[in-house]
Amino acid sequence: MYIEQPLPKQRASKRLTLAPSLAPGLPIPFFLAFKELWRYRGRYLLISLVIALITTLVLFIGGLAEGLGAGNKEYLDKLNADVVLYQANVDLSIPSSRIDRSRVNNVRRVEGVKDVGTISFSNATIPLGGNAAPLKVSLIGIEPGKPGEPPAFEGETLKGKRDRAAIIDKNTALRTGLQVGDVFNIKSIQGTEEKLHPLTVAGITDGRQYSIQPSVFVPYQTWEDIKPKSVVDNGPETPIFNLMAVQLDNPRDFEAMAARLENQVSEVEAVDRKTAYESTPGYSAQQSTLNTQRFFTLLIGVLVVGGFFQIQTLQKVAQVGMLKAIGTSNLSVAIAFLLQIIAITILGVLIGGAGTLLLALSFPATVPIVFTPESVATAIAALVLIGPLGGLVSVRILTKVEPLTALGLAS
Amino acid sequence: MKTILQTNAVTKSYTVDNVTINAVNEVSLEIKAGEFVAIVGPSGSGKTTMLAMLAGLLSPTRGNIVIDGQDLAAMKEARLTRFRRQKIGFTFQANNLVPYLSALENVELMLRLNGRFDRAGRQRAKDLLAQLGLGERLKNLTSQLSGGQQQRVAIARALIHNPQIVLADEPTASLDTERAYQVVGTFAGLIQSQNLAGIMVTHDLRMTRYVDKIIQMRDGQINKIIDTRQAILDFADARN
Repeated sequence: MYIEQPLPKQRASKRLTLAPSLAPGLPIPFFLAFKELWRYRGRYLLISLVIALITTLVLFIGGLAEGLGAGNKEYLDKLNADVVLYQANVDLSIPSSRIDRSRVNNVRRVEGVKDVGTISFSNATIPLGGNAAPLKVSLIGIEPGKPGEPPAFEGETLKGKRDRAAIIDKNTALRTGLQVGDVFNIKSIQGTEEKLHPLTVAGITDGRQYSIQPSVFVPYQTWEDIKPKSVVDNGPETPIFNLMAVQLDNPRDFEAMAARLENQVSEVEAVDRKTAYESTPGYSAQQSTLNTQRFFTLLIGVLVVGGFFQIQTLQKVAQVGMLKAIGTSNLSVAIAFLLQIIAITILGVLIGGAGTLLLALSFPATVPIVFTPESVATAIAALVLIGPLGGLVSVRILTKVEPLTALGLAS
Repeated sequence: MKTILQTNAVTKSYTVDNVTINAVNEVSLEIKAGEFVAIVGPSGSGKTTMLAMLAGLLSPTRGNIVIDGQDLAAMKEARLTRFRRQKIGFTFQANNLVPYLSALENVELMLRLNGRFDRAGRQRAKDLLAQLGLGERLKNLTSQLSGGQQQRVAIARALIHNPQIVLADEPTASLDTERAYQVVGTFAGLIQSQNLAGIMVTHDLRMTRYVDKIIQMRDGQINKIIDTRQAILDFADARN
């Protein structure tokens, strides 16, 4: 029976370094992995750069998905309401949804409803002067002090129902340079005439885009006056709104309240904010397209990294056989290989991440790319996994190499 | 002298198309400490298969192999791997060295594998390489060494961790005659001075001048064992 001989205790190393000539205390997998990486650094740097490019692509697609998504959903996502009410049977289409005042009053009377505000959507432009193209904006009519009105982070919220004042979102402010107290014109076509409607900036809110356009919020009556119209008139006798933003006494009671609202108020459909923004035109199709692109980019990454390491592995079968013959364990060989993959992948992701950051800083505010901590963290986690995933086949090949190959024999 | 290696009727059989072939057939041999043995024979005689079994890289179909009192058949894979790195030194015909390590690091690799690498170990590796004429080549990579220099680095690696037995597979296959004599001569000297057991598989009979015993194999069996020292004595007696 083989009894393992006790080995003399290793003297404590005075220094631990990866310098090519020393690294005394380094475990075998680290020693082999990093020596090989350093020796063939040019080759490995190349694959890191490929990973860096894939990282850049994935982060940009992610940023674009987030940016375009925000362009569609920002206002509805941040809406200060627990329930969004549409006209029934319009497939949650905002332009098709038309709600009159009597239904708003009925909603207000439902038990458990804390407050209700109406929201109306339209499009307009802000002339920028000079040769600059006018800025297309979402013109949103809200009820001052009611759900649907965004908070003002600068200036103040809207007061009177007919005030010629507006809250502009951050994107409008950035792209027009408008500040609180400034007066600007909203241009709309009414009948066959272009009309300019001066408004004062009462407040500036955060990013609240809707329909991939920056937003301008005005009191409902003002909205009714300045919105584009096919004929010039004094507005309908009965005001019509697109949505109702409903705050509940108990926001956790969403399911029961949605059912109650649909039962007690005729012809309305109640949804949460997420459902509302997911139903905006093109949102789901756009997000699924971008997510598919992101998935395939990651898949290409796995295949490229996997292919590279498989070629590397096949080239060193004899060397691995020799290492195993002289007593290197399968585990050490596999760990060394995985360490290399992880190091190369992390380097690639770091280079790609830094490159993406620098590129993004040079983009104008009009480019709809948004990096949120969550989306970047998810993308980075997926990217760091592509190396080890791609290398799994190679790990299997390496662990199957027989030490007999060192003698030119195979079983 | 202490017996380092003993094989008892070792057989390795392969079955191909329902025909059983004995690559090694009932081989029994014994090698003592300080003995350097050459296994010779034509291609297909079973000498490399025999070496693979002695190294624990291949299991015999029948018979057993005992090295330093340990039966290789009783060991599982992980223990056999540990046994190889502690008790056996290897040199191979090709792909002997790790290409991304320097000559010194290749030698130190055996100490690292055995958890015995320290500054004293590094000095021992340097001394051994200097003894083999490579004192100026410590930091050279494999690609910067000649075939003979690579074989000498492999010899240093095979000996640095004080194994019980050293196995060499065709160590002179890629060397010219002068280099071959130099490498095997050095190898033999170190094996004898360190009182190890050494086995060299070779097809080059000129290299047997350095060994104590020649085992000639044919068709998987030992055809003849020649004790070279005894043969020289017999030859000297006959001349006198």
